[in-house]
Amino acid sequence: MSEVTITIDGLEIKAREGTTVLQAAQENGLYIPNLCNHPDLDPAGLCRVCVVKMDDWKIAISCKLPVKDGMVISTEDPEVQQIRKNTVELLVANHPMTCLTCERDSTCELQKVAHYVGIKPDDIKRYRRSVRSIPMDTSNPFFDMDHSKCILCGICVRTCDELQNINAINYAQRGVASLISTLGNKPIAESRCESCGECVVRCPVAALSPKNTMEPMRQVKSICTYCGVGCGVMLGVRGDQIVSVEGDYDNPVNQGSLCVKGRYGYKFINHPERLKTPLVRKNGELVEATWDEALDQIEAKFSKHKGEKFAALASARITNEDNYLIQKFTRAVMGTNNIDHCARL
Amino acid sequence: MAGLATALGSGAMTNSIHEISGAKTILAIGTNTTQAHPVLALQVKKAARNGANLIVANPKEIDLCRHATIHIQQRPGTDVPLLMGMIRTIIDEGLADQNFIKERCEDFDQFKASLQDFDLDHVSEITTVPKELIVEAARLYATSGPAAILYCMGITQHCHGTDNVWAISNLALITGNLGKPSAGVNPLRGQNNVQGSCDMGALPDVYPGYQKVHLPENQQKFEKAWGAKLSTEPGLTHSEIFDDAYHGKIKSLYLIGENPVLSEANANHAIEAMEKLEFLVVQDIFLTETAAMADVVLPAASFAEKNGTFSNTERRIQRIRQAIAPVGETKPDWQIVCAIAKKMGASGFEFSSPEEIMQEIASVTPSYGGISYDRIESVGIQWPCPNQDHPGTPILHTEKFGTPSGKAKLIPLSFRDAAELPDDDYPLMLTTDRSLFHYHTGSMTRRVDGLEQLDSEELLKINPQDARELGLEDQEMVKISSRRGETTVKTKLTGICPPGLVSMTFHFAESPTNVLTNAALDPVAKIPETKVCAVRVEKIVA
Amino acid sequence: MLQRINSPSEMVEMRDFCKAAFARQKVRFLVCAGTGCIAGGSMEVYEELKRHIAERGEDVDVELLFEGKDSEAGASISGCHGFCQMGPLVRVEPKSTFYTKVKVKDVPDIITTTLDEDSVVERLLFKNPDGSHAVAEHDVPFYNRQTRIVLAGCGTIDPEDIRNYFAVDGYTALAQIFADHSPEEVIDIVTQSGLRGRGGGGFPAGRKWKAGYDAKATPKYVVCNGDEGDPGAFMDRSVLEGNPQAVLEGMTIAAYSIGARYGVIYVRAEYPLAVVRLQKAIAQAKEFGVLGENIMGTGFDFDIDIFQGAGAFVCGESTALTLSIEGKRGMPRVAPRPRTTEVGLYDKPTLLNNVKTFAYVPDIIRKSADWFKAIGTESSSGTAVFALTGHIKNSGLIEVPMGIKLREIIFDIGGGIPKGGKFKAVQTGGPSGGCLPESLLDTPIDYDSLDEAGSIMGSGGMVIMNERTCMVDVARYFLQFTEEESCGQCVPCRLGTKQLLEILNDICRGRGKKEDLDLLVELSHSVHGGSVCGLGQTAANPVLTTLRYFKAEYEAHIYDKCCPAGVCKELISFVIDEEKCKGCMLCAKNCPVDAISGEKKQVHTIDQSLCIQCGVCFDKCPNKFSAVECVSPKIPVTPKEKMEVS
Repeated sequence: MSEVTITIDGLEIKAREGTTVLQAAQENGLYIPNLCNHPDLDPAGLCRVCVVKMDDWKIAISCKLPVKDGMVISTEDPEVQQIRKNTVELLVANHPMTCLTCERDSTCELQKVAHYVGIKPDDIKRYRRSVRSIPMDTSNPFFDMDHSKCILCGICVRTCDELQNINAINYAQRGVASLISTLGNKPIAESRCESCGECVVRCPVAALSPKNTMEPMRQVKSICTYCGVGCGVMLGVRGDQIVSVEGDYDNPVNQGSLCVKGRYGYKFINHPERLKTPLVRKNGELVEATWDEALDQIEAKFSKHKGEKFAALASARITNEDNYLIQKFTRAVMGTNNIDHCARL
Repeated sequence: MAGLATALGSGAMTNSIHEISGAKTILAIGTNTTQAHPVLALQVKKAARNGANLIVANPKEIDLCRHATIHIQQRPGTDVPLLMGMIRTIIDEGLADQNFIKERCEDFDQFKASLQDFDLDHVSEITTVPKELIVEAARLYATSGPAAILYCMGITQHCHGTDNVWAISNLALITGNLGKPSAGVNPLRGQNNVQGSCDMGALPDVYPGYQKVHLPENQQKFEKAWGAKLSTEPGLTHSEIFDDAYHGKIKSLYLIGENPVLSEANANHAIEAMEKLEFLVVQDIFLTETAAMADVVLPAASFAEKNGTFSNTERRIQRIRQAIAPVGETKPDWQIVCAIAKKMGASGFEFSSPEEIMQEIASVTPSYGGISYDRIESVGIQWPCPNQDHPGTPILHTEKFGTPSGKAKLIPLSFRDAAELPDDDYPLMLTTDRSLFHYHTGSMTRRVDGLEQLDSEELLKINPQDARELGLEDQEMVKISSRRGETTVKTKLTGICPPGLVSMTFHFAESPTNVLTNAALDPVAKIPETKVCAVRVEKIVA
Repeated sequence: MLQRINSPSEMVEMRDFCKAAFARQKVRFLVCAGTGCIAGGSMEVYEELKRHIAERGEDVDVELLFEGKDSEAGASISGCHGFCQMGPLVRVEPKSTFYTKVKVKDVPDIITTTLDEDSVVERLLFKNPDGSHAVAEHDVPFYNRQTRIVLAGCGTIDPEDIRNYFAVDGYTALAQIFADHSPEEVIDIVTQSGLRGRGGGGFPAGRKWKAGYDAKATPKYVVCNGDEGDPGAFMDRSVLEGNPQAVLEGMTIAAYSIGARYGVIYVRAEYPLAVVRLQKAIAQAKEFGVLGENIMGTGFDFDIDIFQGAGAFVCGESTALTLSIEGKRGMPRVAPRPRTTEVGLYDKPTLLNNVKTFAYVPDIIRKSADWFKAIGTESSSGTAVFALTGHIKNSGLIEVPMGIKLREIIFDIGGGIPKGGKFKAVQTGGPSGGCLPESLLDTPIDYDSLDEAGSIMGSGGMVIMNERTCMVDVARYFLQFTEEESCGQCVPCRLGTKQLLEILNDICRGRGKKEDLDLLVELSHSVHGGSVCGLGQTAANPVLTTLRYFKAEYEAHIYDKCCPAGVCKELISFVIDEEKCKGCMLCAKNCPVDAISGEKKQVHTIDQSLCIQCGVCFDKCPNKFSAVECVSPKIPVTPKEKMEVS
């Protein structure tokens, strides 16, 4: 792919041909404010915040503007500033001012853009403020949909379409009544939504936010324990609990994507029904025991049943190292090849 | 996976997951990918979105059909005639890759001879698929490459599952769709480390790395490595273990992370077998239905509480890391095995970490020879990776096949029907599938409130026409029975199942599907036929 | 003879044959069957006419006879004549006698005067302002300044019979290009004619056709935009109802030029009559071999489907329209994007033009590019069609040469402001247009002059407003329209129109703040510069033009809480002039809230605490008294009165 040179605010940068001005800026470490753009998705050009002036005459949106050699871009032209500022002001004037208690405080894209554009309280006072009061959709067990915070960037719609090909959500209604909704405006849990949560991950504000998740204190890179695809996960840890799971963007298998089980199916780890001690059968009942008691019983029986009287069934659920040792134990200690596992189920 | 190993010399996915989106044609047969492998299905959907031809061959109208160019709705258990019919079309129409067949395959003439039983009229009659559809699919697959085949339990869980797999490898071989990007034969592994368990030799006939136990050179190698006397007699397979336990030959069973009470075909037989054992040790993270039968239950740490590696369906060895301390007194499985071995006075189990175990694995397993924790710190490596300098192998069979001759085998096949077909007593065919929201026997997912809320009970999917004939309503509790057992379940009237076919998952202990299924085994792979059995559905009379 | 046309030369024979049939019918009664006249009862008039003609015996055949004998008289429906205000209309050919407001009971008189007495029914003729009567249609001032090209067929031919269209040279343009012109040559003619898109944008049609021709991908489509959504506009509807074959012929010529196999006409579902007439027209055109497979035996195939729009204004935008045809949500595609001629319907090259643009084409081909270019101005050739409404004497549909001045349209054709009112402003271009004051009445009508004045040509709405119109209220009206019709995808349009509307609402309610004027201008420019499509980019035009030409009115609202036009209810009060009130009680009887008290022949008073400013008293007070006055700012309601209410 060949390179072109473009100028952004007087700075000459190299850009790959076929990219957009916004992409080129980002790849060169330059920030152009934007809301509806997402690197995984086709540019939509709806928020109009990434507006720039091209070659000193034309207003264009940088997320859809292809780079051309010799192109001169201004992000600080007065007309650009005015459009951008008014656009962001309009969004803020229609957005709840509950930042401190908001899930996305400090990670909110609208906050970031408003700050960059430099919106002051007096700017907003000029406007007629209104925040839509559509009841929250709390039907999904893993995430909520708060229309009052929705900026209609459409990232969720495009994620569900372009990446997941599920198309559970789309725009409904017209004009200011527009909202993200499901077929027949049913609660999201009754739609064809598969709860993969990919839209929740990409929502730039808190219109889609996970339920009951705590911010993790640290993240641990691991692999999902469900199917054989082996998606990379980041386990969020707080104290002795797993409190969140995120897709691992560096993993070549899933590149950050997860399914409903992988993303939300972690509550079994700290489930109260987890076995916590060995159990041994006494008078027909399984009762709690120490490791020594359990191992004593095992040693007594296994020693008697070496060879063809013994079999082990390893597991497709445990690690390579676990499996290796079990077959080694079966073969080397118990003296039999009676080792198999549930590969066939 | 034995079938694929015979034909190609390796029983694993030949290509990588990320290549799927680059395929021009995808044949997805016997896989409900969007439900069972949702993230991999994204690649399939991406390919379809980019204009690839997607051929879905599945008796049911699964979700993937929404994205399909062609949906072939073959009668369950007729995959061999379907695939052989496609192959015959390809050869008859001169669309085969003659060069590839000549250079890289063997036994073409015998194979070709076996095709005479599969003329399209006959195939169409057996499979109930219109002839034109088979021809269209064959032409797409043969002419619009690279073409990838994805398959799953819908292919393998049959009494002739190995034949099914061979039919697939035959199809890929005659069109030269092996050893190149975005093509291949790709079995999708169901469980997170089923590939790894096989690689590690948790199989009765092979040591780690598929080294045959009956070969004396392997016996000597491992006796030397492990400092113990080893048997050259292959062991019992999973189903044979239960059979021998049932007949009192097996006395002690050490069962790890498995729940045969729900998962085993003809589960009642397995339950009786376990009851006859003298000593049953179950090692798990929950007190499963099976653990409740044990004499000793050992509490294992979950994947979040230990270090180690998983090998995924594309042969990628990836690290898992301990995120939290083991819950209660639980221990990682490797530590438990070491403790038992030490208790029994054995040596060779003095490991202080999984990393040390991996060093031993690498030393005895040629395909893992180059694997070390350092190398897979951030990104996993795909085996074969014979040495420290080897980058891993994203695509198998690029130069030669893993068979002794280096050439792939084309395997002549004939049609055998399912072991049990519907009759007057059991007029419907039952097949099993999975829900997106649950995993296997549900021991983990059913303990996640949200997943339970989204999908909380077993539903018998039945065509409205069948339901009408039986006088059944939607959401009605009914009795379903087979020659082996019976259970109750709620109905879901849906066009997903064609008339005559009903379908259940096996996630729900309340409606244990596997009391119904048939344990008829494939003669080679010893996989039970959970995908087809004959059942009767009846109204519950109060 | 009446059969499928198998070659371009047979088309000429067909035309002559149909012309001859018309010639054999000596007198022809044409009854307007436009939507307006039908609502006024024109179809009953038509039935009555037919019955009376039939009764006249053997020498008469009501239907047009294509074979055989001459006929003394016949009757037929026609498309909209345009002068809707005076409907139902009946025109008698060959003299073009023009009858207005015809009722069923007038039919016998029309028949006997025409057929037996060779005279006219004077009471049904149009009465000129000077009291004289206009006999022929072209004598009526409403018509005599017009130049009718696309509307020529409307009102003269039966839109439900293709042979009528053949008789006025219909489809000979198509025959001509098949015989004589390559696609490139047709495009050259269209280019040279200077025809610009009549949907409002004014993009040169020839350039668009060339781009459609140059596009490489196949199949190509021709789409006709009949999603006419401007409030009060009915130009496209009239053409589709009155002369559907001209649109079909124009589309077929376009299809031949760019190499398209399929066409779609996008019509509003609110135009059921247009849909029915198009369906008939398509069926007949196929029957005669001028549409469908192997057109005129040339081997050229072109089919047209009708797609009924579900009523979203934004679907008139070309990219939203094509998405709507595909069954998707009608949202304009975001620029920069390939042109519709490259990537349009089903992502294939698509030539999309307005109804009228296509309807001009047959005439241009037949009469030459130079003929068309000679009409109108240098940059805007041909004619413009307007739906004239509002405070105007002669409302209806007009077609005028480009370059004509606004003043001529309003005062000469439109007859000026009714009831002695005074002109205040004219609004062109629908919700995207602007309001121009009296000082700009000499602005010539063409794309560029209107643009310069802050308005746009638009698709042809023209609303005249008198001095009792509040310009802030007008801006508010149009903003309300665009706010509701915004598709909602981009921020400046979705939230900007809403904000502008809320500010205007406040101003009209007397809650305007002094900084609002600056904010209105600032936001208007940002909505213009920031929006995705034409709807948003032009949404603020009504605000900007009213602010530019009527700023004082805004200031009166904000600073004085006064609505000078007496429209904004929250800023006005109605009072009764004690000196003028004669106590006729009309106001009191009609007051819906019983706010007016007073005895017969006594001075009446309005209780301001009860008054809802509906203005009924103002309208009811007899002109000779004019005792009710509208005052602004509002008369404060004293607390005492309020207490009485509660």
